[in-house]
Amino acid sequence: MELNSVEAVQQALATQRYVSEQSLATAIYLSLALPKPLLLEGEAGVGKTEVAKALATILDTKLIRLQCYEGLDVSHAVYEWNYPRQMLAIRVLEDEKVDREKAVEEIFSSEYLIERPLLEAVRHSTGKAPVLLIDEIDRADEEFEAFLLELLSDFQITIPEIGTIKAVHPPIVIITSNRTRELHDALKRRCLYHWIDYPSVDKEFRIVTGKVPGINERLAQQITTFIHELRREDLYKLPGVAETLDWAAALLALNQRELSTEIASATLGAILKHQEDLQAIRKGKLENLVAAASNGE
Amino acid sequence: MVITDTFTQRSISFGRALRRAGVNTTMGQVMDFVRSAEMIEIGRRSEFREAARACLITNKDDLPTFDRVFESYWRAKPDFSDQFYEGGEPGDESYDVGEGEGEEAEGTADDSAEAEGGKRQRSEMMEPDDSAEASDDSDGESDDVLSFSAAEVLRDRDFADLTEEELAQARHLMEKLHWKIGQRRSRRRISSPKGRFIDPRRTMRRSLQTAGVPLRLSHRKTKTKPRQLVVICDVSGSMDRYSRILLQFIYAIENNMARVEAFVFGTRLTRITRLLRRRSIDEAMQRVAREVQDWSGGTRIGQSLQTFNMTWARRVLRNGAVVIIISDGWDRGDPELLRSEMSRLQRGSYRLIWLNPLLGSPRYEPLTRGMQAAIPFIDDFMTVHNMASLEALAKHLSTIDEVRPVRRQHPIIPRPTVPAA
Repeated sequence: MELNSVEAVQQALATQRYVSEQSLATAIYLSLALPKPLLLEGEAGVGKTEVAKALATILDTKLIRLQCYEGLDVSHAVYEWNYPRQMLAIRVLEDEKVDREKAVEEIFSSEYLIERPLLEAVRHSTGKAPVLLIDEIDRADEEFEAFLLELLSDFQITIPEIGTIKAVHPPIVIITSNRTRELHDALKRRCLYHWIDYPSVDKEFRIVTGKVPGINERLAQQITTFIHELRREDLYKLPGVAETLDWAAALLALNQRELSTEIASATLGAILKHQEDLQAIRKGKLENLVAAASNGE
Repeated sequence: MVITDTFTQRSISFGRALRRAGVNTTMGQVMDFVRSAEMIEIGRRSEFREAARACLITNKDDLPTFDRVFESYWRAKPDFSDQFYEGGEPGDESYDVGEGEGEEAEGTADDSAEAEGGKRQRSEMMEPDDSAEASDDSDGESDDVLSFSAAEVLRDRDFADLTEEELAQARHLMEKLHWKIGQRRSRRRISSPKGRFIDPRRTMRRSLQTAGVPLRLSHRKTKTKPRQLVVICDVSGSMDRYSRILLQFIYAIENNMARVEAFVFGTRLTRITRLLRRRSIDEAMQRVAREVQDWSGGTRIGQSLQTFNMTWARRVLRNGAVVIIISDGWDRGDPELLRSEMSRLQRGSYRLIWLNPLLGSPRYEPLTRGMQAAIPFIDDFMTVHNMASLEALAKHLSTIDEVRPVRRQHPIIPRPTVPAA
């Protein structure tokens, strides 16, 4: 599919059942056109990762995903040598009386290299540029962020034993962050930035009906109104869209056709995951929320 | 300062001590040093030391010797006289703690060993000509040369009783305190010969020299990082006497240690981390005063902590942070709210420390409703009313990983003395 305008991006996302604001579609379009990495920030469960998945499907290309965690280092993000194979190989070469220089050259060739996501994205040479998803970068530490800078500006990776590998097709990079910490300005400067907010009632309704097949409109409407009201409460963790979808699926599995206080209370664990939040809502507020949801159709 | 004969005398014998240690110092240089002492702020140890070095040392190779002799001569003097000639004064142990912590930036085992060595060496060096002087000049010293010892008096004075001038001195002392917070394990590994893990890459590399047989293993160990420190300081009316100096204290930690997140609250919470990142303390204080709206007002600890838990906890309480709350516990809000927020904050932090300036008074009992509600969730309840208590805190923070207090899932909550309204 040709993504040559903002509308085209928005429509293409819609075919993947990804309901997007125009601002998000614009950011995606620009990141493809410029091209520049796209940094998506937002609360957990608002569909940041989904953007990359949908984009890969639309472009019919490979999705390469790097899940970040603290202490993520080169050997897990970029490459690692296959040590056991190298050790066996060197014994063999030694037996064959191969010259040492040659032997070293042999065992540090790309044949003995284990690709990790970033190297894979750079070396990807078949067909189109892949989509590289660097997920939850705020979980990685500053050292890793600094390492990313080189990759993001030149799309090249340097392996001391082999040399510099430059991407044939620079990957389409999507970076997501839950904003548990502030990212470094140097990284931000290299990216386009978009903040994904909680969706409006209307948009969330379209997401629920799109993503949970078989749900009736009345229930979907009640669920989204309920969630929307719930997000106005003082909670430690507001439910994201992912929670809304879980809840809708849960209610559907229980053969519910509309929201009642009892069933809402019983399934509240699908949307609220903190004991304090559950208590606060169950203690008095639940009835009002259900009532509001039933009236607000 | 006025140059006294005592100081001249001491300087001359310091020069002599240097000569004995092998440094080529002339009498002219010593006199230059005596004169230069007039031009500098002698109370500031680093400046005093720089002046001495500039005047007395001409060869780079002599610097370590100079450092050693300087350290033992100018610092340990009162300690020396107490021990050998006078037999102890009140507060004499302060020198080791106060000056030691502040000056020896890397207070490692090696350093203290060297200090020990220095002491021995000094007694050898100085006994012949200095014994008389050491005993009868100790008064003169504390007046001028060692204005460091004014620090001793200051150490035990309550912050609330300090004059403007003394506050400025206290500020100096704070800057010298060495803050070293506990370490957490990161998930990174760095190579180390004594590490627990095998480093495959290096081992492989090395095995090339032995025909592919990994005869010598290379190792890696877990890297550690300093813990994040979060300070939440009460600046309401009841804390007025302390809040300014405590902010300076936060500024001092901020500037001696890499990672501090700072917040202040009265009726609402304000993050001041960025405001404190200023070159000069005065500028930082001005900015804080301008930005913080609820200075010297009422207190709502519960609400402020709630704001913290909801908006900031996720961002600043990462990876085992140490949280310090500074407050007297006079809370006008709902104790139930404070209780639940404290419980939450404790669960989110590696260590929750509450500093209460009133705890310094022997008559104080934490009976206020706010304090009662908070106490079950505090890991360490400490005072913060004078320099000595700050030193104790610095020490406590550096050993924070050694013992971890037991936490209960359901803390034992003391019956409130006043029934909750």
